[in-house]
Amino acid sequence: MPTMNMIQALNDAHRVAMRADENVVVFGEDAGYFGGVFRVTEGLQREFGKTRAFDAPISEGGIVAAAVGMAAYGLKPVVEIQFADYIYPGYDQIVSEVAKIRYRTAGEWTMPMVIRSPYGGGIFGGQTHSQSPESLFTHIAGLKVVIPSTPRDAKGLLVAAIEDPDPVIFFEPKRIYNGPFDGHHDRPVTPWSKHEASEVPEGHYTIPLGKAEIVREGSDLTVLAYGTMVHVALAAVTEQGIDAEVIDLRTLVPLDIAAIEQSVEKTGRCLIVQEAPRTSGFAAELSALVQERCFYHLEAPVERVTGWDTPYPHAYEWVYFPGPKRMKRALEKVMAD
Amino acid sequence: MSEKDPAPLKPNRPKLELHVPEPTFRPGDTPDFSSLNIPAAGVAPRPDTNAAPTETHPLTTSLVRVLGEDHKAVGAWDPKVDPDTLRKMLKDMVTLRIYDDRMYRAQRQGKTSFYMKATGEEAIAIATAAALDRDDMNFPTYRQQGLLIARGYPLVEMMNQVYSNPGDALKGRQLPIMYSSKEHGFFTISGNLGTQVPQAVGWAMAAAIKGDSRIAMGWTGDGATAEGDFHSAMTFAAVYNVPVILAVVNNQWAISSFSGIAGAERATFAQRAVGYGVAGLRVDGNDALAVYAAVKWAAERARGNGGPTLIEFFTYRAEGHSTSDDPSGYRPATEAKAWPLGDPLERLKAHLIALGEWDEERHQALHAECDATVRAAQKESEKLGILPQQGKHDIGSVFEDVYADLPWNLVEQRKAALEEGRD
Repeated sequence: MPTMNMIQALNDAHRVAMRADENVVVFGEDAGYFGGVFRVTEGLQREFGKTRAFDAPISEGGIVAAAVGMAAYGLKPVVEIQFADYIYPGYDQIVSEVAKIRYRTAGEWTMPMVIRSPYGGGIFGGQTHSQSPESLFTHIAGLKVVIPSTPRDAKGLLVAAIEDPDPVIFFEPKRIYNGPFDGHHDRPVTPWSKHEASEVPEGHYTIPLGKAEIVREGSDLTVLAYGTMVHVALAAVTEQGIDAEVIDLRTLVPLDIAAIEQSVEKTGRCLIVQEAPRTSGFAAELSALVQERCFYHLEAPVERVTGWDTPYPHAYEWVYFPGPKRMKRALEKVMAD
Repeated sequence: MSEKDPAPLKPNRPKLELHVPEPTFRPGDTPDFSSLNIPAAGVAPRPDTNAAPTETHPLTTSLVRVLGEDHKAVGAWDPKVDPDTLRKMLKDMVTLRIYDDRMYRAQRQGKTSFYMKATGEEAIAIATAAALDRDDMNFPTYRQQGLLIARGYPLVEMMNQVYSNPGDALKGRQLPIMYSSKEHGFFTISGNLGTQVPQAVGWAMAAAIKGDSRIAMGWTGDGATAEGDFHSAMTFAAVYNVPVILAVVNNQWAISSFSGIAGAERATFAQRAVGYGVAGLRVDGNDALAVYAAVKWAAERARGNGGPTLIEFFTYRAEGHSTSDDPSGYRPATEAKAWPLGDPLERLKAHLIALGEWDEERHQALHAECDATVRAAQKESEKLGILPQQGKHDIGSVFEDVYADLPWNLVEQRKAALEEGRD
């Protein structure tokens, strides 16, 4: 089985989907000839030609709108928004159009498309290359939201997203494009090749949307995480010697609520981890769900580890980032008594 | 610097002034459009459909007009439409006007929540439908219901949508008049203005990617040209030489804001084509033959890979923006009557009479026939129900079509809604 980093796995997913379905077209800023600033679409134009993989003007609203028109025609657009921080000019098209067209036409028109975008910080990207805006999309009925945390998942989830009949917002944690990250920014980076999930099956496979994965089984605590924070959380519970069950949500919408309930009912404690700012983040929704559905199994209040309610500060990136210290405090709190 | 400590004035410099555009006439004024530059019919040159965009650019400050004062078709733009097609267009326009009147009245009678008429603008959608191929695609605004009528979408279906009754193909989810019909090449209307313009470009890009021969037309009003979406649409259309027609229906008013608030004091809407390097036409929108000729021209150009055309249809919104609007609060009540380009329906009728292909008697008969058709459709639709009776019979349907499949949260919420419904 070939070993891939997340970029290579995502590139492979594009090729698999584009070979299988000639209606799949890919475009975005710098996504054509050059293959994208993170090189996820590299070589697609060479293999599939200029009309199936091409550069788009710097116009996220135009990119999403063009994708709407293409989906209405019968194509399956897979568009790249260069950074999640740039997605806002396309937000009206996503919220008012992409998300609602199936509903407002009672299924006469559907919007099968994938809007891919690298998100999250930890790369010294400053406030315009570091944001985690997933909760702005999980709040919108009609959208699915997917966030992979490994190369193997990235490929299988992207192929599933492209084949899905509904629009999928696919956020890629760019901090772990090239290797998993345990939150210790002062330590050398581990490449994906050292990680088991860098073994990516060849050819076509999917990982179903809406299925979480238990990445570490445990009995004392349930940790809910996605994207980069899966790896930060895994490292933290190991360092603290806690027998935690770590669940990688993989899909935020639709959410695998059964996996969450099962685990919390077993452990009686729950810690939720997100990189995004705290207030109204997706962790708040998870916390409410756990409280509503597992209250009588809980032995401690549900705890959240999040970014601060501030923009992402460039030089103070590691002050913002919910790293090992914030994890440690939260773990101590949720495990107390 | 604190708020108490403003920047010192520099006495040698003029004080900066903000210009807030103001329409020429307000309520109480006597509208006088004699200063409006309206070229005579027949004078506008007609470039080849494969001409360079720059050859069209003089036309962006002119006005393509075909029907002259004598109601005859003149000049290079005369599309030489056969009388049967003209009569079909007239019939569609009569039907649309009656339909609009009936539905407006239905709203006033409390049978629905909202309605929007196309009065004074009927020629634009209807002559466009006649000029396009039947399978070309439209991304319309809320004032192109004429496209549906011209393409034979059943009036009963339209009314069912307006009443949100059990016959409504959209299951009572959309505001009245936000029709959708794939079969009639009519994309679902959005209440967020301007969104459909770049979508039309995307559809036409797809047609080009697939080597199709169908083209798309994207519609906007004058007001929504100010949206970023209009700029995106023009950019994408120009960059990829997209087989699309982009239409700005300049009816002078965006609710209460005159076209100057969207930039019309400085340049025509058609002139925006110049900056993007695409073909542009400015057309008398109340002249059905000019509309037909311009759309034919742009469609032929698009089909021959000559690229996009921006067309400004110059017209006047003869009535309120919608049933929620009262134009007497911001413009003279006599403005529509004073509008120098006349009534599009009357102009087409006069043309047919001038051709010897029509007369008053036949017109009265046509009007009676269309009126009977609309009334019959209304009766049939109202048998299925009107809005005040709706919203009870299929509560579970609220949760369908959010996604292809129902996720667990919607299953739970549907159950709760059904329980509420029984309480």
